[in-house]
Amino acid sequence: MATAALKLDNVKKNFGDSQIITGLDLEVLQGERHAIIGPNGAGKSTMFHLISGLYEVSSGKIALNGRNITNMAPHKINRLGLARSFQITNIFPNMTVFQNVRCALLWTKGYKYSIWHLCDRLKKVNAQAHEILERIKLSSMANEKAAVLSYADQRALEIGITIACGADIIMLDEPTAGMSNQETTQAVALIKSVTEGKTLLIVEHDMGVVFDLADRISVLVYGKIIATGTPDEVRCDPKVQEAYLGKEAVECSA
Amino acid sequence: MIDNTTMDSAEIKGGQAVQSGFSGAAIAKWAGIWLGFILISLALPKIFDSRFAMSMFNQMGIAIVFALSFNMLLGQGGLLSFGHAVFYGMGGFGAIHVLCMVNDGELRIYTELLPLAGGIFAAILGFILGFISTRRAAIPFALITMGIGELLLASSLLLPSFFGGEEGIAGDRWTEITLLPFKYGKSIEVYYLILIWMFLSVAAMYLLTKTPLGQMANAVRDNHQRAQFIGYDPHKVRTFQFTLAAFFAGIAGGLFAINYEMVTAENLGMLPSTDILMMTVIGGITYFFGPILGAIFITFLQLVVSNVTHAWMLYFGIMFIIMIMWAPDGLAGLIMRHQPIWRAKRMTKILPSYLAALVPGLVMFAGVIVLVEIMFHISLSIDPESPLSIMGVSFRAQAFMPWAVGILLLGVGGYLFKLAARRVNQAWKTVLAEIKQEGV
Repeated sequence: MATAALKLDNVKKNFGDSQIITGLDLEVLQGERHAIIGPNGAGKSTMFHLISGLYEVSSGKIALNGRNITNMAPHKINRLGLARSFQITNIFPNMTVFQNVRCALLWTKGYKYSIWHLCDRLKKVNAQAHEILERIKLSSMANEKAAVLSYADQRALEIGITIACGADIIMLDEPTAGMSNQETTQAVALIKSVTEGKTLLIVEHDMGVVFDLADRISVLVYGKIIATGTPDEVRCDPKVQEAYLGKEAVECSA
Repeated sequence: MIDNTTMDSAEIKGGQAVQSGFSGAAIAKWAGIWLGFILISLALPKIFDSRFAMSMFNQMGIAIVFALSFNMLLGQGGLLSFGHAVFYGMGGFGAIHVLCMVNDGELRIYTELLPLAGGIFAAILGFILGFISTRRAAIPFALITMGIGELLLASSLLLPSFFGGEEGIAGDRWTEITLLPFKYGKSIEVYYLILIWMFLSVAAMYLLTKTPLGQMANAVRDNHQRAQFIGYDPHKVRTFQFTLAAFFAGIAGGLFAINYEMVTAENLGMLPSTDILMMTVIGGITYFFGPILGAIFITFLQLVVSNVTHAWMLYFGIMFIIMIMWAPDGLAGLIMRHQPIWRAKRMTKILPSYLAALVPGLVMFAGVIVLVEIMFHISLSIDPESPLSIMGVSFRAQAFMPWAVGILLLGVGGYLFKLAARRVNQAWKTVLAEIKQEGV
């Protein structure tokens, strides 16, 4: 069996005296679409921050493709092939939409901190940036400041920046939050297409989206994962029903 | 009405302008701007050749390099430094010490390359201090740079062999070791040397904004957290950007050393640091050329207005506050705001309202001048009883009439200006609505 794309081993996180993450064990398999669900305040975003290196873990171990990344700096984790989006829109507001995406390509293309290249002349990078804009349907806005985009467009740009890094593990934090139904449908289609052949870890509140996208689901409650399995397994798990889904709402064949 | 300009803007709205970034028209436009800039610079000393003018042009050239280097931090990197003159001053000291060694026959370095020595010296220092101060941006950064500036100024008294105590270090630029057939005895020769370094620096700093580092400096400025998640270490981006900014400030300092043949510890203190901050902000930090405008404009004001009145710092302060409140994008922002109207050939629709506002504006300003000058005269002149003269009119500052005139000018001018400002607003709204309607 291949090593897990992402493996969390008894990860804990305290903020002062309060323990937000009380012991996370999670294995995300290579190439799967894995969703994290759970009630508000369960620690989903905190878990993302821990994995991506934004927060330091208090104890425990996180491994990316078998490699220990516990408490590594975020940019180093990113270079190892993990990219993430944010729950609140997190883009470069005063740069153009095109520049936003292009910046995300620079490191993986090996340009680092170069002062010897002119970005406008990097034909491959520019072509790829346009390709990504095409995929996230923002080509017509390429030269607009990112700050003037509509909310849904900014969310799409957020995903564009995330996938531009060329990472094989992509973590999306509530990508459809605050979107209309139609926008959500489009966003789900976009997520499906851009994560083709990659590992996806997604936090999502919208159960429709979750059951549509995910190969497996983990349920996070009070800083602990109480169940992991296929959508059907999770749906039928009595602990999950009690904690989160609500008993009446679910019909179970099992 | 379809002409070239309207076609241009339509193209940009189509969203393909990034690809057409190297189109013939764009290149011609850039070449035109740069060529114009060069021609004006070459023609200036032919038109104005007084000592005063030459000294002013030299200062402007130096200030342009210094202000642009400051904007590498503030405008492009989002780093507000209160100690950028450290690298200006240290670049000056680096250059002047090299010059002294050349004077003593210990070194043979072309006079033309002294600014480079200043730049390298400042860059080394910039890398060390940048590494320390840019771990975090915003307020911690601003305070650390302020501390470093004060620290160096204080240590200048402890290291007299390097800083030369209160007199500073002097050198003689007439070394006869030169690349070009100049001896740099005359001011005009120094002017051409400054010009060459200025153009090299401006071009280099402009191109740097287009490099991966330059782009990532913008990205870190906008959102340092997100920059981490696309593989970049914000601390490193800032450190490199800071080092480069220090390098160009050092070049400006080296030019200063050649121009004045003297550098003192005051050159790296708080005063030049805040000076360059104000120049850059008044010129405008969001456009590359903003600091150039600021450097030219403020240097001119500093030299000309300080010759006319002792209260020039006060006028300077008033202008700075007005700019921050009503034109936060500076002179460059004011100009660029007119771009869509210019493109649509509608400038004639708003110019009359500007003229109408100019007259009461000047009246109001005259009122301010009268009052400020009277107060300065009474409190600061050697003999307050002696007559005060403003624009050829002599009067006693203690008399009632001048006060009344000043207040009247200020009040009436201010009121009329307010009305005129409304008309300007109205004209703007109308023109913008027209442009939108026609979809130009």
